Amino acid sequence: MEKIFGKTKGLTDVPFHYCPGCTHGIIHRLIGEVMEELDIIGKTIGVAPVGCAGFSLDFFSCDFVGAAHGRAQAVGTGIKRAQPDKLVFTYQGDGDIAAIGTAHAIHVAARGEKITSIMVNNAVFGMTGGQMAPTTLAGQITTTSPYGRDPGLVGAPVDLPKTIATLNGAVYVAAVAVDSPKNIMQAKKALKRAFQVQQLGLGFAFVSILSTCPTNWGLSPVDSLAWLRENMLPVYQMGELKVPEEVKRL
Amino acid sequence: MKKKLIKGNEAIAEAAIKAGCKLFFGYPITPSTEIVEYLSKHLPKAGGTLLQGEDEIASINMCYGAACTGARVMTASSSPGYSLKQEGLSYLAAAELPVVVVNINRTGPGLGGLGPCQSDYFQCTKGGGHGDYRLLVLAPSKGQEMYDYTLAAFDLADKYRNPVLILADGFLGQMMEPIVLKDRPDAELPVKDWVTDGCLGRAKRKIASYSLTNEIGEQNNLYWEGKYQAIREQEQRWEEFRTDDADYLIAAYGTCARIAKTVVLQARARGIKLGLVRPITLWPFPEKAFAPYRGKVKGVLTVELNTGQMIEDVRLALECSVPVSLHRRLGGMLPHEDEVLAALIQQFNIPLDREV
Repeated sequence: MEKIFGKTKGLTDVPFHYCPGCTHGIIHRLIGEVMEELDIIGKTIGVAPVGCAGFSLDFFSCDFVGAAHGRAQAVGTGIKRAQPDKLVFTYQGDGDIAAIGTAHAIHVAARGEKITSIMVNNAVFGMTGGQMAPTTLAGQITTTSPYGRDPGLVGAPVDLPKTIATLNGAVYVAAVAVDSPKNIMQAKKALKRAFQVQQLGLGFAFVSILSTCPTNWGLSPVDSLAWLRENMLPVYQMGELKVPEEVKRL
Repeated sequence: MKKKLIKGNEAIAEAAIKAGCKLFFGYPITPSTEIVEYLSKHLPKAGGTLLQGEDEIASINMCYGAACTGARVMTASSSPGYSLKQEGLSYLAAAELPVVVVNINRTGPGLGGLGPCQSDYFQCTKGGGHGDYRLLVLAPSKGQEMYDYTLAAFDLADKYRNPVLILADGFLGQMMEPIVLKDRPDAELPVKDWVTDGCLGRAKRKIASYSLTNEIGEQNNLYWEGKYQAIREQEQRWEEFRTDDADYLIAAYGTCARIAKTVVLQARARGIKLGLVRPITLWPFPEKAFAPYRGKVKGVLTVELNTGQMIEDVRLALECSVPVSLHRRLGGMLPHEDEVLAALIQQFNIPLDREV
């Protein structure tokens, strides 16, 4: 019998630990497929954050390093500078990259660091139980914004891709979601381009992926996808914010 | 061999290049800045990479990443910046990554001032970051040792897969002395078969520091403890000066030890049999150096540029068997030799044979 579909070589056989309905699994698979299609598994080093994706070290087939909270991009910088011919990607939650990791997020982009960073944005700190993050929406109830996020007190959600796109060294910036088959396809295209930018040595590549957290949102997996669509998509600028010509031609 | 008149900080930088350091990540802070400046100029010429991080936290984490690939890597800072590196040092120790770190101690707490100080002793030898870890800490007392210990630090880091700290002060960092730029010594070092540099042709590897299972957590800590114990047994280093017939000892490291050597000579000129024990490794603390003097000397004076930090380790090493006293200067001030000798005479009530 002909096998027409299977697991990507970019992922190991270690079972995911993610909650039911969490979209980390989909994003993992997309990255695995991209690494396999570009044939870069053997020369890629991933950097894991602190948070739900802290165990992603075991899930990808490439070499992986675990960083301290927020520091993945600084660690990734060190790896890339030591091994410029290898591909380096950081996989971080919004709490990791957009809160404690902000300085590094800005400066890898400012330097045009030739790494790929992926932000998985579910609008909360997931691993610690659903606290308010810089990405939490106005009015959103979390364990540390029990009356809803008040922009007058704590500001509006941070749209990190928009900020990063203003920096010259960030050559590819995309904001995608994984709430529908169509968006998943677009997310994969963005991830592929983000690795191709690095292969071409053009500069820093950043992909923000809107993701769900059924457990901390207190919603079913299906309702979580609807919540993402109705509440997150209108707030965040979506699409490819910056695309270099060299990648468009590929 | 030719000597070169350079600052202590430049001696450290020169030694790093000689040791095969390929990457340096740093951030300017007085009085350590010459290290990053010197390497900015000279490391690229030696085929290395220098990158100025956005802060000390970025710099130490860049070191973490580079060390994961097996490259020799270094960072340098001074007290407030060294404080910022503590998180990274804890992770480096847990992930067992060989990185050489330099702390050119300035005064504190807070922003403090730029003068020579030893007030980071506790932070540098008792932890600093979270968790039960240890760094090897080497304390040079002159420019040549800034160079020599840096060479040694890279080998020790690789030998034990552990961060190694060079702890000096603004006086040693800024002072110019003639330095012999020796070559890197031959050392038998373990093969780095753990690096994450791409898994082409081999099984994937990972480097991490978490252990969410308590049982594994305990195993990890027992493993680290075993490693630290081996370092304790094998790597205690110290220097002794005129201790063979000593009635009294000075215990001092770094700049204070240098001053103390003159004090020893002055004391002996006045008939006081004084010797010096100079810890070279501050961790592991050279307990072996002090063991022979337990109950054997009349008194030990520790001379420190802090309110009394190493004195605790001296007392422990001597098992409180002899009186141990402190003479200290603070906030960037250095003690004068006469002042130290007067303190010794006064604190131990030493009768004088003759005036000089």
